[in-house]
Amino acid sequence: MAKALKEKVLSLKMLSHSVFRMSIESEYISSTALPGQFVNIKCGDGINNILRRPISICGVDRQKGTFDIAFQVRGKGTRLLSEYSGEDLIDLTGPLGNSFSLPHTLIPQKHSKVAAVGGGIGIFPLLFLLKEMNNAEKHAYLGFRDCRSMVMVEDFREVTDKLLISTDDGSAGYKGAVTDLFEQHIKTWDKPDIIYACGPVPMLRKIVSIAQAHDIMCQVSMEQRMGCGIGACLVCVCATRQDDGWKYSRVCKDGPVFWGQDVIFEE
Amino acid sequence: MAQVSLATNIAGIKLKNPVIAASGTFGFGREFAEFIDLNKLGGISVKGLKLRPTRGNKPPRIAETPAGILNSVGLQNPGIEAFIKDELPFLRQYDTAIIANIAGDTVEEYCEMARMLDDTEIDAIELNVSCPNVKSGGAAFGSSPGAVSEITSRVKACCSHPLIVKLTPNVTDIAEIAMAAEASGADAISLINTVLGMAIDIHKRKPVLGNIVGGLSGPAIKPVAVRMVYEVSKSVRIPVIGMGGIFSGEDAVEFMLAGASAVMVGTANLVNPFACLEVIKGIEEYMEMYNYRHVNEIIGKLDTA
Repeated sequence: MAKALKEKVLSLKMLSHSVFRMSIESEYISSTALPGQFVNIKCGDGINNILRRPISICGVDRQKGTFDIAFQVRGKGTRLLSEYSGEDLIDLTGPLGNSFSLPHTLIPQKHSKVAAVGGGIGIFPLLFLLKEMNNAEKHAYLGFRDCRSMVMVEDFREVTDKLLISTDDGSAGYKGAVTDLFEQHIKTWDKPDIIYACGPVPMLRKIVSIAQAHDIMCQVSMEQRMGCGIGACLVCVCATRQDDGWKYSRVCKDGPVFWGQDVIFEE
Repeated sequence: MAQVSLATNIAGIKLKNPVIAASGTFGFGREFAEFIDLNKLGGISVKGLKLRPTRGNKPPRIAETPAGILNSVGLQNPGIEAFIKDELPFLRQYDTAIIANIAGDTVEEYCEMARMLDDTEIDAIELNVSCPNVKSGGAAFGSSPGAVSEITSRVKACCSHPLIVKLTPNVTDIAEIAMAAEASGADAISLINTVLGMAIDIHKRKPVLGNIVGGLSGPAIKPVAVRMVYEVSKSVRIPVIGMGGIFSGEDAVEFMLAGASAVMVGTANLVNPFACLEVIKGIEEYMEMYNYRHVNEIIGKLDTA
């Protein structure tokens, strides 16, 4: 169950020219959050900058009672968030949304092979997910714009058996889209049992089509401009299949994690 | 200190306090019940209902603007039958006024919904003739005195619940529309719905909203709303429910001094799940500060001398 909390910021680290990682003290979030969930943060005064900003959880430390978020400064809200410092109190609601299904809940009694595919700032919830998985062979594929945008690579290396990087300009790793890197790789590696993906819509659309072509289970985490974050205002929707038709599902409450085949990606 | 009384009765609707959650910002209460005790609210106006389930508009459906938000949800709702069957029993567990907000594509649809609600345990119907986000219905009915008059009298004839008519601010003379509703049998007026607006992403050279235009709400529209509540309260004798950017008790008191018998809190719920409770507390504090015993003592007490 989500709660409204005022928690203490422990640290704020700049990971690249625009990406920050924040550690926050919270017994409640650290003990209840599941991979894929997010917190909705009041970044400004709530009057001039009204809306909260939904930010995914990228890790929890249950012993210390802390959790981490990572975000990119893209507008007013995230800029205000990047101006917080240690000891500040932060007003947030969470943990919100559903979560990724862990491999052992999908394929019991099997040492499963898992592929996590992330693009840009979509990589953050995947870090939490990979860390929470035991008894799985974990491969991660991370796509960045260029080598200057690469963040959290060492964190991912620690929680994966294999890590592959792509950049749009080839300044690090494979040159090209992470979806192409992934597609090439699964032809040489035994195909994974499950794919988890988070990133821009064109990337997710491609990943889902690869998953369907190879008959692999696939979960995607969706992003949308959000209002309340708790499922009441019906603002952050995405189109999903239903029986023989379709409907708009709430990204904040029915998602953010959906089965790939259920999402109808807009052209 | 003497206990202050916030209980009030408007148009036959009993309210334990004058603070109602505004339609479209509170769903059917379920999500907020995780955070607050719904029994503490004066009332809940539920998400706008249509005769049949409605998908709503293409996303994105929200944009942040200075001290406001634009939305273009477009009345996504499960339809009136699902409301009566699945949502009303949940809401009725709570001791708070339940207001069914209804929107139709035709006058006949409004009447059909009113008839379907007639033997249900709602406390009032709010006639939504002011949604800016749907092509047919909504604001199309609320923009002319003649259309408001027709729809109000037709719906009134087929329901026994108190009838609140919710007005759009996107008109030239809102007092004229309110008077038309009153003359046609409305029991109360609620205003304002959102102000039609638009935001553009200059880097993509595209509208921010999938629907291109949307409704502006939040503190940015409060002065417009207070002025309209003031004008309407002077023009009609039926109770007025004021809304538009109420975030605090002080905001609510402004509307009440301007003539509102009750207020609705909308956009604030999206930011703060406790917004309605904080507004109630703020009204109480104001009354204590000025030694008012009963909330009715502040309604319309604006001194324009």
